[in-house]
Amino acid sequence: MMKTLTAPPSPYSSATIRSSIERHTLSVLVDNEPGVLARVVGLFSGRGYNIESLTVAEVAHEAQLSRITIVTSGTPEIIEQIRHQLERLVPIHAVKDLTLTVRAIERELAMIKVRGKGENRVEAMNLAEAFRAKVIDATVESFIFELTGAPQKIDDFVSLMRPIGLVEVSRTGVAAISRGQEPI
Amino acid sequence: MARHMTGAEMVVEALKDQGVEFVFGYPGGAVLPIYDAIFHQDNVRHILVRHEQGAAHAAEGYARSSGKVGVLLVTSGPGATNAITGLTDAMMDSIPLVCITGQVPTHLIGSDAFQECDTTGITRNCTKHNYLVRRIEDLPRILHEAFYIASAGRPGPVVVDIPKDVQFASGAYAVQKNIQHKTYHPQLKGDLERVRHAIEMMAAAKKPIFYTGGGVINSGPNASALLRELVRASGFPITSTLMGLGAYPASDTQWLGMLGMHGSFEANNAMHDCDLMICVGARFDDRITGRLDAFSPRSKKIHIDIDPSSINKNVKVDLGIVGDCAHVLEDMVRLWRTGSHRADQAALAKWWGAIDGWRARKSFGFRNSDKIIKPQHAVKRLYELTRGHDVYITTEVGQHQMWAAQHFAFEEPNRWMTSGGLGTMGYGLPAAVGVQLAHPKSLVIDIAGEASILMNMQEMSTAAQYRLPVKIFILNNQYMGMVRQWQELLHGGRYSESYTDSLPDFVKLAEAYGAHGIRCSDPTRLDGAIKEMIDTPKAVIFDCLVDQKENCFPMIPSGKAHNEMIMAELEDDAGIELENVIDEKGKMLV
Repeated sequence: MMKTLTAPPSPYSSATIRSSIERHTLSVLVDNEPGVLARVVGLFSGRGYNIESLTVAEVAHEAQLSRITIVTSGTPEIIEQIRHQLERLVPIHAVKDLTLTVRAIERELAMIKVRGKGENRVEAMNLAEAFRAKVIDATVESFIFELTGAPQKIDDFVSLMRPIGLVEVSRTGVAAISRGQEPI
Repeated sequence: MARHMTGAEMVVEALKDQGVEFVFGYPGGAVLPIYDAIFHQDNVRHILVRHEQGAAHAAEGYARSSGKVGVLLVTSGPGATNAITGLTDAMMDSIPLVCITGQVPTHLIGSDAFQECDTTGITRNCTKHNYLVRRIEDLPRILHEAFYIASAGRPGPVVVDIPKDVQFASGAYAVQKNIQHKTYHPQLKGDLERVRHAIEMMAAAKKPIFYTGGGVINSGPNASALLRELVRASGFPITSTLMGLGAYPASDTQWLGMLGMHGSFEANNAMHDCDLMICVGARFDDRITGRLDAFSPRSKKIHIDIDPSSINKNVKVDLGIVGDCAHVLEDMVRLWRTGSHRADQAALAKWWGAIDGWRARKSFGFRNSDKIIKPQHAVKRLYELTRGHDVYITTEVGQHQMWAAQHFAFEEPNRWMTSGGLGTMGYGLPAAVGVQLAHPKSLVIDIAGEASILMNMQEMSTAAQYRLPVKIFILNNQYMGMVRQWQELLHGGRYSESYTDSLPDFVKLAEAYGAHGIRCSDPTRLDGAIKEMIDTPKAVIFDCLVDQKENCFPMIPSGKAHNEMIMAELEDDAGIELENVIDEKGKMLV
């Protein structure tokens, strides 16, 4: 532990060192009480942090706990600051940086509406099959695909659909959990 | 044992059980049931302010001078919004407050009802925590929890918003002691391994300095006592932020004076040149660090703070210790003594030699006059003539505040109440009201400016009602002095709107409020006038007419480093040089 304490000889870094921007997924366990999401979102906007994606849902009904999964970006210093600022909020039980602490699995669900005729329609179906997207609604000139996966996979699928006749996309944002038998 | 009562009665009962002496408040439609409950008891004394902002600052003054939680009670809508500035002030300076706000009945919430505002929404970012109480069953727990949250860990303001129907509803109330909060458990004791490491770093240091702040005051008198013990045992120099004045006695030889933008030359240069900085309960605020990439470039830094988010926020440190100042200092004192650690005496002597060289510049010096009262001289005389009295000082915000910090010496904690983080003009008078109530026999002085004092002047009426003998010592230069100083430095001396025309006659104003008014513009009569103020058993407004042109020095200009201070002598060379002291980048800063 001492090793981490003895920092470089000139310890002054803070704002002057231009660390690279990293993307982190934070898992935040909160009391499911009114206003708790506003506290979290208000913290991010008030202090100028980024939110790339945010999901929230109750995860333990009895204990009235919700999990907020936030994908954010910033330098390692900013990410550490975000974690501490979140921990300061009273109704928050735990904040875990999934990117930093454990190997995590991230999944997102998207529904993608595509319009097209003839060859485009066939092409869309072929690509959907390759991505294992499910058709959940269809008319003679359109499909709605349901696709689950890592955000990048959804991005890829959406960009393939664009020239074919992409109408619109609805995405849930990222939910994440750690691998293995231990809880987050 | 649970008793049945209304929500309004629970509020008063909980205040009593929390040992609250005073509630600063202002009635209105949505808090009438609570005011009725107050009417029926005499455990908790209500102090009627004249504006809700005054209630918040008075509660802050009470809290800061007594170490207890300050309480205010305001109505919905404008009552709550008027209190916002005070709540934000308490948030920035980490002052424990519980603010009870009335709210329209639950069935009207969201309907834009008369005097409705989204109090919890508006105060979410300017409070440590807030509650909207929707059910009477939750009220007893929330009331007691509010006091716990306000005072535990890093203190701060907590709002409890109570709809009127919840105040009328009845339920069971029981005293709640020793709250076991399900999530909020601040770490008090520092990691012993890290404390040990800190001690080793101290023993190895050649040019060390203690940099302390308001956290030491917030941690209680014991923290100040332990700080003194550690500083004396180590022989290290010590400086403090504006918020931390009094934690270490200003009369001691190891004291370097305040640091930061208007801090002493020796404190700032020692901070810049040190090889070890021990920060205790301070937060590396921009008024302290100056230019960040030139802040103390060659030092290792230890940071002791109860709030983990303060560590590495503005300045990256080598060793962060999360914990309460008193707890950590206790361990440090013990380990320093038992390990029979000794600082490097030869190195320390050399370090003190350098510091004495900076000290010799006498950076708080000013050219006195026998024709006109210099504001610094006025503060110095006020300090000298009140020595031996049991004095508490509050201030407003601006030049006078900095002169007070520079020239009034504090020997004990909790004696100095000033708006540090938010910089709220109008803080000092209501704060003095709160201080005087906490210390009825003491001499409470608000060192003020003529512009700031007018921002909450109405609280003179509160002082009159409760026969509070607060002294308002106005350094009157007819300018918003700090604004004018910055216009001189940054905007070519174009004093846009910083001159106040048509000021009131402060002596007559004092009389209008049933207080005593004194005016003085003659340096030879200053002492007599100050003595008259001290000896007057009621409230006094002292209109001290000072040099209108005086500026506050030394100063770290915006965007400059600790070792680039401008000194008072420079000013004699007229404003032209001063204008070029701050570069374009610095002008963007506040």
